[in-house]
Amino acid sequence: MAHLEIRNLSKYFGTFVALDRVDLAVERGEFLVLLGPSGCGKTTLLRAIAGLERQDAGQIFHGGEDISKRSPALRDYGIVFQSYALFPNLTVAENVAYGLKSRKADRGIGREGVRQRVGEMLALVGLPGIEHKYPTQLSGGQQQRVALARALATAPDLLLLDEPLSALDAIERVRLRSEIRSLQSQLGVTTIMVTHDQEEALAMADRIVVMKSGRIQQVGGPQDIYRAPANDFVADFIGRGNLIEGPAVGDRHVRFGDLTLRAAEPLSPGQTHRFYVRPEDICLHETLDQCENSFYAHVLKHEFLGAYSLVTFSARNVAHQPLVAQFSSNYLAGRPIKAGATLRIGIPPEHLRPMPEPV
Amino acid sequence: MTRLTRSIPGFGEGRTTSERVSAWLLIGAALLLCMFLILPLGVLLMGSVFDEAGDFSLVRFVEFASTPGMGTAVWNTIWVAWVVTAITVPLAFFYAYAIQRACLPLRGVWRIVGLSALLGPSLVGAISFIQWFGTQGVLKSWLGELSVYGPIGIIISTVYASFPHALMILVVALATADARLFEAAEALSASRWRKFVTVTLPSVRYGLISAALVVFSCSVSEFGIPKVIGGNFPVLAVEVYVQVVGMHNFGRGAVVALLLLLPVLVAFIVDWRIQRKQQASLTARAVPYVPRPDWRRDVPLLAYCALVSVAMLGVLGMAAYTSLVKFWPYNLELSFDHYRYGLAEAGVLDAYLNSLKMAGLTTLVGTPFIFLVAYLLEKNRSGPAWLRPLVQGAAALPMGVPGLVLGIGYILFFNHPSNPLNSLYHTLAIMVIANVVHYYTSCHLTALTALKSIDREFEAVSASLKVSQFVTLWRVTLPVCLPAVLEIARYLFINAMTTVSALVFLYSPGTLPASVSILNLDEAGELGPAAAMATLIVMTCATVSLLYSLLTHFLFRRQQAWRNPTR
Repeated sequence: MAHLEIRNLSKYFGTFVALDRVDLAVERGEFLVLLGPSGCGKTTLLRAIAGLERQDAGQIFHGGEDISKRSPALRDYGIVFQSYALFPNLTVAENVAYGLKSRKADRGIGREGVRQRVGEMLALVGLPGIEHKYPTQLSGGQQQRVALARALATAPDLLLLDEPLSALDAIERVRLRSEIRSLQSQLGVTTIMVTHDQEEALAMADRIVVMKSGRIQQVGGPQDIYRAPANDFVADFIGRGNLIEGPAVGDRHVRFGDLTLRAAEPLSPGQTHRFYVRPEDICLHETLDQCENSFYAHVLKHEFLGAYSLVTFSARNVAHQPLVAQFSSNYLAGRPIKAGATLRIGIPPEHLRPMPEPV
Repeated sequence: MTRLTRSIPGFGEGRTTSERVSAWLLIGAALLLCMFLILPLGVLLMGSVFDEAGDFSLVRFVEFASTPGMGTAVWNTIWVAWVVTAITVPLAFFYAYAIQRACLPLRGVWRIVGLSALLGPSLVGAISFIQWFGTQGVLKSWLGELSVYGPIGIIISTVYASFPHALMILVVALATADARLFEAAEALSASRWRKFVTVTLPSVRYGLISAALVVFSCSVSEFGIPKVIGGNFPVLAVEVYVQVVGMHNFGRGAVVALLLLLPVLVAFIVDWRIQRKQQASLTARAVPYVPRPDWRRDVPLLAYCALVSVAMLGVLGMAAYTSLVKFWPYNLELSFDHYRYGLAEAGVLDAYLNSLKMAGLTTLVGTPFIFLVAYLLEKNRSGPAWLRPLVQGAAALPMGVPGLVLGIGYILFFNHPSNPLNSLYHTLAIMVIANVVHYYTSCHLTALTALKSIDREFEAVSASLKVSQFVTLWRVTLPVCLPAVLEIARYLFINAMTTVSALVFLYSPGTLPASVSILNLDEAGELGPAAAMATLIVMTCATVSLLYSLLTHFLFRRQQAWRNPTR
C-alpha cells in the first residue's frame, strides 16, 4: 500500500460535487502537486486529507491506517496556508514552538530543547535570529517561511501546503518555491501542495495531479503532463496549445486545410484526428526551405514579450484557424517579424501527436 | 447513546477530548438559550391563544379588540413612533455626518456628548423635560398653551433617548466611504447637492433604514417615558404594565405584549436581511474618503453640533441640577439633601447597590458566555450540525424582542407553579439572566465580528500541531479579541445599570434595581430623589466608560508591538 492512499473519495456541498470518487496514491517522500482551476476540488481534497472537511464517501489511509474518520488532531501532518495563519500576538519563536510540547515524544525536551529546536528550524528556512519579532514585523515571504518552520518543527510525517505562494509577490514567489522544493528534498518529507499556477506545479512537483470538477484528469510527471496531456482540458490548462483537427490521409498523414502533414504515430485512415501543438514546437524556416511539414503562413500579430515573442499565423487556406507560435528571442536572433509578412513555418512530425479521443 | 452520537462531529471514535467538550458546550448553550429565551417566548405565545381552561381560542384577542380605548392606544403608539422616527433619524444623520464627513474641531467631544443619553435610563429625559417644560418648568412659556404631559413630552423624551442608538448606526454607516466615487463625481463637475444625493445618500441607505427601524422599535416598546411624562395619554407599552403589574391579568398582558412583539420582530427581520445585502457595498479596493476643510460646510455643521450638544447636556444637566436643588422651584439652594434623606435614609440606596451587583454579575456571567457561544459557532465544528443554525437564530432573536415582552414571558414561564425553576422567580439571578438575554444580540455580533476578522485557519493549524483548541482560544483567540471582549463587558454593564423594561416585571422588594426605583420615586411624586438616583446611575456609567477607555488605551499601547505593523 502506498504511503497515503485515497480510495473512492466523494464530497458534496449541497448539490455541488466537490470531489467525485477520487482515487489517488502518494508515495513516501514524493512532492505531489494538486493542480486545477478554482472550484476543481483540489483544496477540498487537501482539506479532506487534513481532516478539515469530512468526506461523504470513501476512505483515506495514511501509513496503512484508515484515518478517514479521525479528527485533524489525531492525524499526523503539518500544514501551511495561503494566509500564513501565524498567531499575531505570539513572537516568531513562540509560533514555531507552538506545537513542540504537545506531542508525547517531545514532552521531555524542556525549555532549552525547545529553544534549540526553534533555532534549528529558523536556520533551516533561512531566517536565523528573528526569534523575538512579531509576525506583523515581517514581510510576506518571511511570514510564510516562519509558517513553514512551525509546520515542520514537530517533524510531521506529511506536509500539506495550501496555495502557500499565492499571497506573495512574483519575485518572492519564485525564490520561495525553489527553497521549499530543496527543503523538501533535504528532509524527504512526503508533501502535497495545492496550486492553481501551472508554472509553479511544473517547477516543483515530482508528480502533478490535474483536477477538474471534482475529478482527477491526469496524474503524471511534469514532462508527461506537458508533453502528453491525457485530454483537451489538461492540454488547455497546462501551457498554450494549437488544436489541429483533420481527417487522416493514409496511416501516417493528416489533412489540415489544404496541407498534408505527417504525424508522429500511426493513424486510422479516414478518421478525424485531433492534435495539440505547443507554440514553442512550431519552427521558423528559411523562405525557400522545402522540408517536411513546412508551409507558408501570414503573420497576423506579433507580440514581443522580452525573453520570447508570440506570433499568430494564419496558414494559407486555413485562415479560420490561426496558429500561435512562440519563438525565444535567442532563436529569432534578431530576425524581424512584422505583421502582414509571409513566412515559412513548420510543425516537426514528432510534435504532431494525436490526442486520445474524448470519452 | 453511542450509536446515536457516533455520526455527530465531536462524538464517537476518532475524536479528541476537546472536540467532545466543545460539542457538549454547544449543546449546553443551546439548552440555556432555549430555557431562557425560546420557552418564555413560547409560553407567552401560548398564553395568548389559550383560554383559562387550556383550550385553543382567540377569545383574548377578541376581548382585547373590544376593550374600549385599546384602539386609541394602538393608534397612539403607532403615530408617536412615526413622529419620533421622522425627527430622530434626520437629527442623528446630520450629527453623524458632521462627525464623519466634515472637518470639525473636537470631533471626539461631539461624539461623546451625542452618545451621552446612553449613560442613564431612558426616564432621565422624561424627568428632565418635566423640569424644563412641566407645570413648574423653567421654559414652560416656550410651549405656550400646550402641555408637556402627553404626546409632546413622550415624543421629545423618546427622541432624546433614541438619538444615540440612531447615531451609533449612522456614525458607522458614514465611517466608510469610497473616495474614488467622490473624485469621479467631482471630475464630472457634480454640484455639492448632487454629490450628496447621488453618492452619500445611496451609500448610507442601509444605515438609514436600520436606524429608522431601531428608533421605531425603541419608541413602540418604550414604557418608562410615557409612564413618567405621558399623563393620561394611553399607549400600548403602559397598557401592558397596567394589565400585568396593576391588575395581574397575565393573559391580557400576553396579548398586548404579542402586539408589541410583532412590529418590532418584523422590523428586525427586515433589518437583518438588509444588513446581509450590505456586505459587498464596499470593496477591498476602495480608497477611504478623507474630508477636506470647507468652511461653507463646516461652519453650519459646527453650529448644528453645538446646538444639539447644548440640548443633550441641558437634559443631563437638568437632572443633575434637580437632584441638588433643595425644593423645586421654591428653594433653589443647592444641597445633597435628596441623596442623604431621599435616598440613603429612605432606604432606596439599596436599590443602587442592587443595581451595581446585578450589573456586575450580568457582565461577569454574560461576557464569557456570549463570547464562548460565538466562538463555538464561528471557530468550531463540533456538535450536531443542525443545532448550529438554531443557536445562531436564537442569538439573533433578542434584538427583535422588546424587554417588556421578555419580562412578561419570564413571569408567565418562571412564575408557573409547576415549573421546576420556579424558585428563580424574584431573585437577582433571574434579573441577571434577563439582562444577558435582552442584550444578547449586540454583544453576539460584536464577538462574531471580532472572531471573523482573525485568520480562519488558526484552529486548523493548532489541530495539526496537536494543540487543544482551548489552548489556542486562551493563548491566541482571546488576546486578539480582547478589545471586543471589553466592549461587550462595558455594553452589558451600562445596559444592566440603565434598563427598566424587563426588570420591572421581575424584581422583588429585596432586589429592586436603581432604574426601576426612579420610576417608583416618580410615581410617589419624589422627583428630587428620582433625579438623584438617575444622576448616580449616569455617574456610575460615565465612570465605567472612562475606565473602559483607559483600559483599551493602555492595552493598545502595551500590545502595539503586534497590533500595529511597524516593519
